[in-house]
This record gives sequence, structure tokens and C-alpha cells, in this order.
Amino acid sequence: MVGYLLTTILLLSCVAFWVGRSAGNKFAAKSAQSTHSLPGYHGAFVAIWVGLPALVLVLLWVLFQNNVINGLLVGSLPDDLTAGASPAQISLLIAEVRNVAAGQIFGTPSPDIVAAAERLGSWQSISAWAMVVVAVSIMLLAMAFTRARLTPAFRARNRVENILSGLMILCSIAAVLTTLGIITSLLYESWAFFKIVPPADFFFGLNWEPQIAIRADQVAGNGAFGAVPVFVGTILIATIAMTVATPIGLYTAIYLVEYANERTRSIVKPILEMLAGVPTVVYGFFAVLTVAPAIREAGGLFGLATSPNSALAAGGVMGIMIIPFISSLSDDALRAVPRSLRDGSLAMGATRAETMTRVLLPAALPGIVGGILLALSRAIGETMIVVMAAGLIASLTFNPIDSVTTVTVQIVTLLIGDTAFDSPKTLAAFALGLVLFLITLALNVVALRVVRKYREQYD
Amino acid sequence: MTDMAATLQAQKTAAEAMRKRRYAADARLRWYGRIAISVAILLLLTLLVTISAGGYKAFIQTHATIDFPISEELVDRADPAKGDWRAVVRNGIEAAIPGIAASELRKAQQILTNNTQFFVRDAVVADPSVIGKTLTMRVPVSDPYDQMQKGVVSRHLPEERRRLTDREIEWFDALASQGRISTPFNWGLLFNADSRFPEIAGLSGAIVGSFYALMVCFLISFPVGIAAAVYLEEFAPKNRITDIIEVNINNLAAVPSIVFGLLGLAVFLQMFGLPRSAPLVGGMVLSLMTLPTIIIVTRAALKSVPPSIREAAAGIGASPHQVILHHVLPLALPGILTGTIIGLAQALGETAPLLLIGMNAFITSPPGGVMEASTALPTQIFIWADSPERGFVARTSAGIMVLLGFLLVMNAIAIFLRQRLERRW
Repeated sequence: MVGYLLTTILLLSCVAFWVGRSAGNKFAAKSAQSTHSLPGYHGAFVAIWVGLPALVLVLLWVLFQNNVINGLLVGSLPDDLTAGASPAQISLLIAEVRNVAAGQIFGTPSPDIVAAAERLGSWQSISAWAMVVVAVSIMLLAMAFTRARLTPAFRARNRVENILSGLMILCSIAAVLTTLGIITSLLYESWAFFKIVPPADFFFGLNWEPQIAIRADQVAGNGAFGAVPVFVGTILIATIAMTVATPIGLYTAIYLVEYANERTRSIVKPILEMLAGVPTVVYGFFAVLTVAPAIREAGGLFGLATSPNSALAAGGVMGIMIIPFISSLSDDALRAVPRSLRDGSLAMGATRAETMTRVLLPAALPGIVGGILLALSRAIGETMIVVMAAGLIASLTFNPIDSVTTVTVQIVTLLIGDTAFDSPKTLAAFALGLVLFLITLALNVVALRVVRKYREQYD
Repeated sequence: MTDMAATLQAQKTAAEAMRKRRYAADARLRWYGRIAISVAILLLLTLLVTISAGGYKAFIQTHATIDFPISEELVDRADPAKGDWRAVVRNGIEAAIPGIAASELRKAQQILTNNTQFFVRDAVVADPSVIGKTLTMRVPVSDPYDQMQKGVVSRHLPEERRRLTDREIEWFDALASQGRISTPFNWGLLFNADSRFPEIAGLSGAIVGSFYALMVCFLISFPVGIAAAVYLEEFAPKNRITDIIEVNINNLAAVPSIVFGLLGLAVFLQMFGLPRSAPLVGGMVLSLMTLPTIIIVTRAALKSVPPSIREAAAGIGASPHQVILHHVLPLALPGILTGTIIGLAQALGETAPLLLIGMNAFITSPPGGVMEASTALPTQIFIWADSPERGFVARTSAGIMVLLGFLLVMNAIAIFLRQRLERRW
């Protein structure tokens, strides 16, 4: 239905454009001197006013139709079904009604549900037809009104350009809206979480066992949301990743800037970029399939009890993924150092190594540190490698061959297959997400500022 | 005199030693760099080699060609869909393996994939004229036999350490000796939907789901991204608000992808009640992630159009909008397209946010539209990587090869566009 309607909107807009343009053509033919805008702008003016409001209306309608119908549905259900029911139970009821309405009937639903499903069906078709009627009539009205406004002196171009500017501003704000959406949704759900679990327990508790709290009356149903082991695990894995990536990335950048000739650079750089282009789910599979067994066997040789999901495997593979970020950002920073500094040092007889360690590296240090911070934020926020290769059990350890879990792993495991939005288990994922967002945001802001400030110095 | 000569000599040796040390340090640094690069390239090669070594075997699939007698007692001519297809398959196996006892038939039937009865049924329903005759069909063999035939699992292991007994291998060899076993290219990998059984599991559902999600992502992020970039680069006044927007876009590009998944879950699924697992929601979440990339790339492309073009257009009386729409944007378009393709390639490989909005569902048929439940390529790889059956290891690698293939093609198109259309002023 919506698809047909969108096509109709598109078609009517084209018709509107044609109507407007032929009007413009007539003006131009009659009074070439006094026409303000080109015919195309007349067409665009009518088309925009016909298409845009209808499009917005349909989108809003589709977005909110379910909510409104659900509200009506809950209101229409008999009181004994809804009285005293929690939001989760009500959403379960609605889901049942919807399933029945969609013909997916398991067992025999109660007559109330069947009646509600019938009402739902009729409301849905009423809503759909109402949407079509309203949208089409709005479009026809708009076409009539805007066509009536067209005159040779009508400033169609300015109108169209103003609307375009407005649309462009709206699009620019989309990024801000996304950020606001992230912050609001994370804060909202975390707020609900912190009403159940006190923040002190979350931030300083040493015991993370979210699965236990499925039922409120269970033993140890409280206090299983101490996130410290999760944070420690995240830090451990990120540290391992950075230990792998920083030296390799940095030495690569040094070699490429100072020693490599143009040909080597043109070969090595794209190869390194390939490392960054490989999807992380591939790295995760690589970690599970190849690296983790290899580490376990190596550990066995030395008589160490290595966990199958060792932090070392996940962190090491994550390090491989991060190498190109560090190398390309360090490369940029080293290259931004003015040539005069480097040439001066070489001219005084310093070797390339001395020039690098005594002149270029100190000068580029802020940029390199900024790059490392950006890479660290990526390591902390990386999901798929750790979901596949790190453990699920939160244990408070700094042992790299032990199994640890990370913030992102916990978010995924808490949210997969569970959509009830009032259990602390689900909400805990949003609290973790909030922490993750804030930490990576802080790292990014600092890193971007350092990188930018540093760049400006030499420009 | 000799003293002085000695001192000079000593100084010379000291200088020599120092120079040697300094040169050695230089050579060391050079070698560290070489080692670092080799390690990085070696790691990439290891990754690619292990994936392809594990994956190429999934591109062939062992099939068995069996003659199924479609007797009229088992299959009703009037309603062929309701036949006793299990018995039909049993008869086919019985005829194919000489000297098999009736009690062993049940076991021997498992040589063929579990869904054989449905394949036979569909073939007969499609062509009812074979009822009463013999239907010859090539069906995939089940996973353990497939693994053995490809040499992944050795048949020479002691019996208790493999999944197939000696007797079962005997049956399989009997089929092979009649020339019934073949290993053709596994088109099913690309054209079948997902399945619990590795031998018939394929990627078509994931490919279609990824396609829909990317289409939604493109339809949203491309126009919005370009409009935002044009405004910020060409029209926006330089003030606090546009500064905030700019910083915001840069930060958004570095937000972990899973946070976008949380946003999609809370806003699109919870608040707006859009369907779970739908490519529409997946595409919307991905478009939010792609948006900053496209904005940043588009701004760079707009910046690279020389001012003389703008001035010339403005000089003959074009309005600011006409300058951009008619002159600057067309010239910047190749750069914008290149960046968009690269952004979409990133979105194609993105997994974490799709997991949170449920695009890791087990779906046995390709989605028919953007509102239907579906998986995407990376989430399908994730599901397969988690599956315990041996055959899924190779399938996962093969899925990765397909995904990497798509990425390669997209990047190649981007490079081609850049080289073909890029203008130098």
C-alpha cells in the first residue's frame, strides 16, 4: 500500500512539474520581457508543493500508525485482560492480537483476542485508505492552489531556492539529530536501569552476572550488575590490541616516510589499507578458527592452561585490524612536519635514524598520540572480533591467556533475542552502551582536537 | 710527536667507532621498519590464505545421482503433493545400493541430504508425468559424507573417531563405484537460502537482504549527505551553530558501530514499532553510519572544484543555487560517487548494529521486500561461524570469500570511477 502511494506521489509530482512548466512556457511565450523565472522553476515550485507535504504526511503516518492503533487496541480490550497488567504483558497481548490478525494462529486464541484481531484488521485497512485519501486530496489541492498562484511576475526561482535551502539545512541537522537521538535513547534507558540498579553498584560492583536477574525473586537477583570486570576485560583486550598495533604501525610509518622509495610506498600503502577494509566479522572468524587454537597449542607447549577464548587471541587479532589506522595517522603526522626541519637535520650530518628520532618524532608526537587515541577508541568500541573470539563470563583478571569479556560483547549478548524493555538485563545493555559512548566520545574529542591543533601549527 | 699521532689515531678510531654505531642504529631502524611491514603483510596473507584454504572446498558439493522409482501406490496421481515421499527416497536408495538389508535402509537414507524427500516431491509436482516411471535426480549428499569425499575428514581414521561407520562408508563407496557420485560446482551456495543442513545452505537470502539494506541506506544517505555537505560547504555562515554541526559530524564518524545499533533498537524498533529483522531498519541504521562519511567526502569533492568555475557562472548572472546545481555539483560528482561507493562498502561489511536489530534471524527464504525479516551477508557469516556442524566451517569461509568478492568489486568500481572521471585543474 505504502509502495503504491509513494509511486502515486512521485507520479503526481511529475504531473505537477509538467503543469507548472507548461504554465511557465505560456507566460514566456506571451510576455517574454516581464517573466521573472524560467519555466522549469514554475514547474519545480508546483512539484515541490505537491510532493513534499504528501511525502512527509505519509512518512509520519506510517511511523505513528502502529502506536496509535496499539493505543486504540489496548483501550478496546476488555478490562479483565488489561487491568493491572505490566507494559510487558500488554505488549505481549498486542503481539498476540497482531499474530492472530496476520493469520499465524497457534492453538486456539480466546474470543476476546479474535475480536480484537478483527478490529485490528478493520482499523488497519481504515487507516491505510484514510492515508491514501488524505494524501491524494492534499496533493490535488496543493496543485490547484500553487497553479493559481503562478503569474509571469511570480518569483518562482526564489521560492524554489528558499525551499531547497531549508531542505539542505534540515539535512545538515540530521547529523546533530542522530547524536541527540543516541544520547537521548541511551540516557533514557540507562535512567530506567539506574532506577533498578543503583549507579554505585554498577560502576564499582565486582560481580557481573546479568543472566541471573531474569526473575526478580531469584537468589542473587540483585547486585549481579557490577560492571568492573567488564571494564577490566575491555581494557585488557584493548591494551593487548594496542601493544600489537602501535609498534608495527609506528615502525611502518617511519619506514614509509623516511626510507621507502615512491614505488615501495605505492605498493605497501594499499596493502595496509586492505587490512582496514576487511570486515570485522572476518577478523572474528579468523581469531576463532586460526589464532585461538594456535595460542592454545603454543600455551600447551609451555605447559600453560590457556582458555579457548583467550584475551590474547581477541586482542591480537584486533591489533592486526588497527595497524593501518595507526600507520596512516602517524604517516600523516610525520609528513606534516616541515621539510626544512628534516633537511636541516640531515644537512648537519645526522643520519636518517637520528633525524627521525630526534627531530621528526618529537615534532610529530602530538599527532601520533592523537592517532593512537583514535585507534584506542576503535579498539574499545570494536564488537565483532570480541563477540566471536572473547569470552562471555566476566572474570576479574589481567591474565592475557584467560577468558575475559568486554562491554561490546555484553551489549550484544544481553540484547540478542530479547526485546522486553523493562528487565534490568536489557536495560543494562543501554547503561553499558552509554559508558561506551561517553568513553569513546571523550577519546575522539581529545584526539581530534590534538590532531587538528597540531596541524594548524605548521600551516 | 708519536704521542700526538697516537692521540690522533685514537680520536680517529673513536670517531670511526661512533660513526659505525650511528650507522648501525640507522640500519637497525630501517630493519625494524622492514620487519614491521613484513609482519603486517604476512598477517594479511595468513588471514586470506586460511580463509581461502578453508573456503574453496565449499564451492564444490558432493552430489549423488539416484533413480527414484515413483510408484503409483506411494504417490497419488490426483494429488502428487501428498505422497509418501520418505518411502520413495527409501526405494531409491534400496535400488542403488546392492545387497543392503532392509533394517539398514533408514541409516543408508541419511547419505542423502535430509531434504531429499522435498526435492523429489517438488520435482514430481512440477512434472506429474513421471508418476509410474523412474525419476533420476542429482541430490546433495549429507554433510559427513560430503566432508569425507572432499578429504576434510579422513576415512582412514579409526572407526570410533569419525562420524561414519565402516558400513556406511561401504554404502557410499558402492554408490561411487557405480559412478553415481559427482562433485560439481556448488551453485547452491549462491542460490539457496539458509538451512540447518550445511549441504544445502546457501547465501541467497543474505545477498538479497544485504541488497535491500544497502539500497535503503543509499536512498537515505546519498541525497541527505550531499544536501548537508553542499549547505555546510557553500551556503552556511561560519558561526557557532555550523561549527557545532561540523564537530558533530566528525565525532559521529568515530562513534562505535554498536552504539548505532542501540539507537536503532531504541528508536526505530521500540519507539516507532518498525518490524524487527527488517532490511528497512537495517538500512536506516547503516545510513546513519554512512552519512558522516558521505558528508566528509562530498565536502572534499566540492572544495576541489576551482573557484574560477563558480566565479564564471556567477559572472554571467547565475544565482548561488544555480552556480552549485548547474556547475559545481556536476564537476564534483565523480568524487562524491567514489566516496559513496566506499561508504556503502563499509556499510556492507558492518555487522554489529545489524545483530542488535535482529538481522541475524534464521530465515529459510529470501525476503520479498524491505519490511520482511531477513539476514545480511555479514550476519549470515556470523550465524554460520557459530554453527557446530563441520560443514559450516567451510561454508563460513566461502561466505567470507563471497563478501570479500563483493567488497573488491565495489572498491574496483570506485577506483575505476576515480581514474576515469577525475579531473585535474
